[in-house]
Amino acid sequence: MASAGLEAEATETMTVREAIRETLREEMARDEDVFLMGEDIATMGGVLDVTGDLHEQFGKDRVRDTPIGESGFMGAATGAAATGSRPVVEIMFSDFLGVAMEQVMNQMAKMRYMFGGKTEMPVTVRTTEGGGMGAASQHSGTVHSWIAHFPGLMAVAPGTPAAAKGLLKSAIRSDDPVFFFENKMIYEQSGEVPVDEDFTIPLGEAHVEREGSDVTVIATQRLVGESLSVADELEGDTDVEVIDLRSLYPLDTDTIVESLEKTGRLVVADESPLSYGTHAEVVARAVENAFYSLDAPIQRVGVPDTHMPFSPSLEREVLPDGAEVRDAIERIV
Amino acid sequence: MPTIDLETETGRKEALRRMLTIRQFDTTAGERFADGEIPGFVHLYIGEEAVGVGACSALEDDDYITSTHRGHGHCIAKGLDPKPMMAELYGKREGYCNGKGGSMHIADVDAGMLGANGIVGAGPPLGTGAALTIDRKGEDRVALSFLGDGAVAQGQVHSAANLAATWDLPVIFLVENNHYGEGTPVEEQHNVENLSATAGAYNVPGITVDGMDITAVNEAVTEARERARAGDGPTFIEAETYRFHGHFEGDEELYREDDEVERWEARDPIETFAQRLIDRGELTNEEYEALQSEVETTIEEALEYAQSAEEPAPEEAYDDMFAAEVPEITEFARRVRADGGDPDGGER
Ligand SMILES: Cc1ncc(C[n+]2csc(CCOP(=O)(O)OP(=O)(O)O)c2C)c(N)n1
Ligand SMILES: [Mg+2]
Repeated sequence: MASAGLEAEATETMTVREAIRETLREEMARDEDVFLMGEDIATMGGVLDVTGDLHEQFGKDRVRDTPIGESGFMGAATGAAATGSRPVVEIMFSDFLGVAMEQVMNQMAKMRYMFGGKTEMPVTVRTTEGGGMGAASQHSGTVHSWIAHFPGLMAVAPGTPAAAKGLLKSAIRSDDPVFFFENKMIYEQSGEVPVDEDFTIPLGEAHVEREGSDVTVIATQRLVGESLSVADELEGDTDVEVIDLRSLYPLDTDTIVESLEKTGRLVVADESPLSYGTHAEVVARAVENAFYSLDAPIQRVGVPDTHMPFSPSLEREVLPDGAEVRDAIERIV
Repeated sequence: MPTIDLETETGRKEALRRMLTIRQFDTTAGERFADGEIPGFVHLYIGEEAVGVGACSALEDDDYITSTHRGHGHCIAKGLDPKPMMAELYGKREGYCNGKGGSMHIADVDAGMLGANGIVGAGPPLGTGAALTIDRKGEDRVALSFLGDGAVAQGQVHSAANLAATWDLPVIFLVENNHYGEGTPVEEQHNVENLSATAGAYNVPGITVDGMDITAVNEAVTEARERARAGDGPTFIEAETYRFHGHFEGDEELYREDDEVERWEARDPIETFAQRLIDRGELTNEEYEALQSEVETTIEEALEYAQSAEEPAPEEAYDDMFAAEVPEITEFARRVRADGGDPDGGER
């Protein structure tokens, strides 16, 4: 596994979208059992153009356009995974996961356990989250906290193209169900990505994107990049450490604790609603494991428990961004 | 080769044995449940044996099935061993699921039995998925999903049926119409006369057969299996049947009259089939009695096996969540079990 030391490896510049697509291409070429299924992912290339041309290379048997019935095809993916396939499902917008949740929560997540470990569930579910494109309440949700909360499911949410590649590879190769959450506003964000076809990032490993000694910002998805910009802005004043959480479940407690032992201050920035979610879990881990290192109240940056409004001015109001991360830092440093 | 060939005399006797085994297994399970020995709840298959055995006999050994909350009959019909089945009902480690599943989740994936299911309507999408694997890998096998009449109202059943029909997947949907979903009669749950009419919406064959007649079920499934293998997609089969016991053991059955139950009991699928074999001179009364007592012994042995089997150790509750090692599970288990899992040591 080649997870550490990005510096030493050959890399190429890619967007998040390209990193995901090329990873799918590599994994499909590597393993015949891997196939994709979802709405409009073949001929149309996906509504946000992630799967793109994959159907041309692999055919419509391996890049399958499904009917618009998430409960049926999520269940079919589950049954396929239990019988020796390695499906990668796309749920067009994460808001549509509700339609498929029965199969997710009662079948996919529970079968292995209920059967005493006698089945594997090598399924990956990709879906797109987040506000910022005026898609309103039913196409802008950030639901990863529910999935991370549910026992038996793993959840990852990359903030960089390299993380997208490494995590998607691990997800597809994993024998457990893994949800891969793509923030729709960072598809065009580019960065260096290792070219190694076996570049994987272990599920459950956060990554320190920028070292700092005054305050720790644990961010996800779009807020990783925004927090890095804030760190640059504050350079000279405040030394900000930025961590891309990357895996929501399992969650990398060690990296959180190590950072807090150094900085004593924590901001958690994630686009999910603030109550009962990802922020709360990170905070709980911090308090349980690094209580005596904390020097200031922990700050949460997220969606203030509203849905995503349509009007761009309203959407801007509720969407967390760099400015909010900056305010949060300034409140405690 | 079908699992049991009803065209042959040996096959017919084996089918009779399986139906009797189901009857005896569930009779025993019902009694042990009533005595408080079996935890949770059990849904008995008594009265519906011809459906499970008729269907699974037509399948081949490596075909898949998905089952329902009323799954014991499907398991035995598929060839599962009553010993680990009963042990699973008892929540013992020797059970098919090491005691983690119980009556509603018995599974033996290696034997093609993809699980009983506590969620009404969840089987058909899973069967469709097994058929998708078969189709993609070009294997010569099929999947069959059992579902109840009540389950036909579920969205996910239709969503899967549409997918299976559109993709011509090798799956069979077998609706066990026992005329009730819990206490609500089928007429109050559906607007169609025959539930096989569902097939029309997906442009696949739908047929209603007498589910008290093992031969009728067997023939319908044999034909559906051929269709599936030939790449012609799913078939809906509705088997009209009846459960002789309540929805679950302990059900007061306020929703039906005794004479209705008696009318159906008069059409007992096991007695009917046995009589047919006797009339044809394939089976004597003595042989039938001998078969019944063999089956009783089998189930007695299964019961003893289950009763004397080991309880799972408490810390096994933390096994099997994931294939991978997950630190949360280890850490939280450690905290719950401050004794470190040592049954004699430390505080909890
Ligand atoms: C999704 C869901 N809803 C409700 C139930 C509760 N329930 C268990 S069995 C049952 C009746 C099912 O009827 P049917 O499908 O006809 O099967 P039968 O019990 O008659 O074999 C109900 C409502 C459930 N287990 N799952
Ligand atoms: Mg019913």
